[in-house]
Amino acid sequence: MHEMGIASQIVRIALEHLPPDEELRVRALKLRIGKLTAIVPQSLRFCLEILTRETALAGAEVVIEEVPVRAVCQECGATSEISEPPFWCSACQGVKLEILSGRELLIDSLEVDDPMGSGLHISHKNE
Amino acid sequence: MEIKVVEKVLGANDAIAAQNRAWFREKGVFVINVMSSPGSGKTTLLERTLAALSGRVRAGVIVGDIATTHDSERLARSGAPVVQINTEPFGGDCHLAAHVIREAASGLNLDDLDLLIVENVGNLVCPAEFDIGEDKKVVVLSVAEGEDKPLKYPLMFRVCDAAVLNKVDLLPYLDYNKPLALENIRRIHPEIPVFELSAKTGQGLENWLAWLTGQIKTKK
Repeated sequence: MHEMGIASQIVRIALEHLPPDEELRVRALKLRIGKLTAIVPQSLRFCLEILTRETALAGAEVVIEEVPVRAVCQECGATSEISEPPFWCSACQGVKLEILSGRELLIDSLEVDDPMGSGLHISHKNE
Repeated sequence: MEIKVVEKVLGANDAIAAQNRAWFREKGVFVINVMSSPGSGKTTLLERTLAALSGRVRAGVIVGDIATTHDSERLARSGAPVVQINTEPFGGDCHLAAHVIREAASGLNLDDLDLLIVENVGNLVCPAEFDIGEDKKVVVLSVAEGEDKPLKYPLMFRVCDAAVLNKVDLLPYLDYNKPLALENIRRIHPEIPVFELSAKTGQGLENWLAWLTGQIKTKK
């Protein structure tokens, strides 16, 4: 797969979210990856380890939250969690499903050391 | 201390895909992204499609391969304008991304086209992840591959809007369980239209062409 390309984007986006005028060390990089994406967590970690060397992300723990595939049935309105095929509604076996989750490939947050214990809180959301 | 990010890793690609989509809409060009594993008969299907549409629909093609220009040479024989992308200069990318399509489409005169066919890199995994600004995604599967392909590549079969089951002319020589293959497609994507055909003999091609020309009309 192309985990190297994905890792390179993750590093770029993460570094962009660090305040530029402070030397922060990132302790943890939290990702949300849907089960339907064909990303191999082990390969991704390996690529991240290589690409984060000599950056503020070096040594950061990579925390991956795997998001299950959930879908809502357009026929009966029930929400199903789909862990394996078939992609049918678990309540009515309906086939018109809208996927609610499972395709995510997101950087959720970064855990950094408090700079000088100042209690600074930074919130940064990108739409 | 937590820095909240909540940003899509492929956000940059998605933004360009959205721009591509708006550009294609403005030009009235219907775009299909054709994907498959290597050897499914994608290029032969597109050769037959271009030949059948010639004179009726103005089509252009963007072909993606890691290396060689063989596919674009074959498709150019139809008279359609063809742009070949080799991803090797990009590091041998296993898929086509939105920015690459934007650049390739700039090499075509979109004002002169009704249909743009993107023949993606032969790969059932990665291309499914990358929005390129297309209207519809099509997966091509052949009867020379396993019946369980859809189960092994659920994302691809889930995100596609149509599937082609190619090489049906080989069925008498294979132990292919076609009902099982169709059932497996249905398990991943129950409502997807499946066109059983042979790009080689032309059997079943008319249903595929009818779907395609019907789709093109919706954009005009």
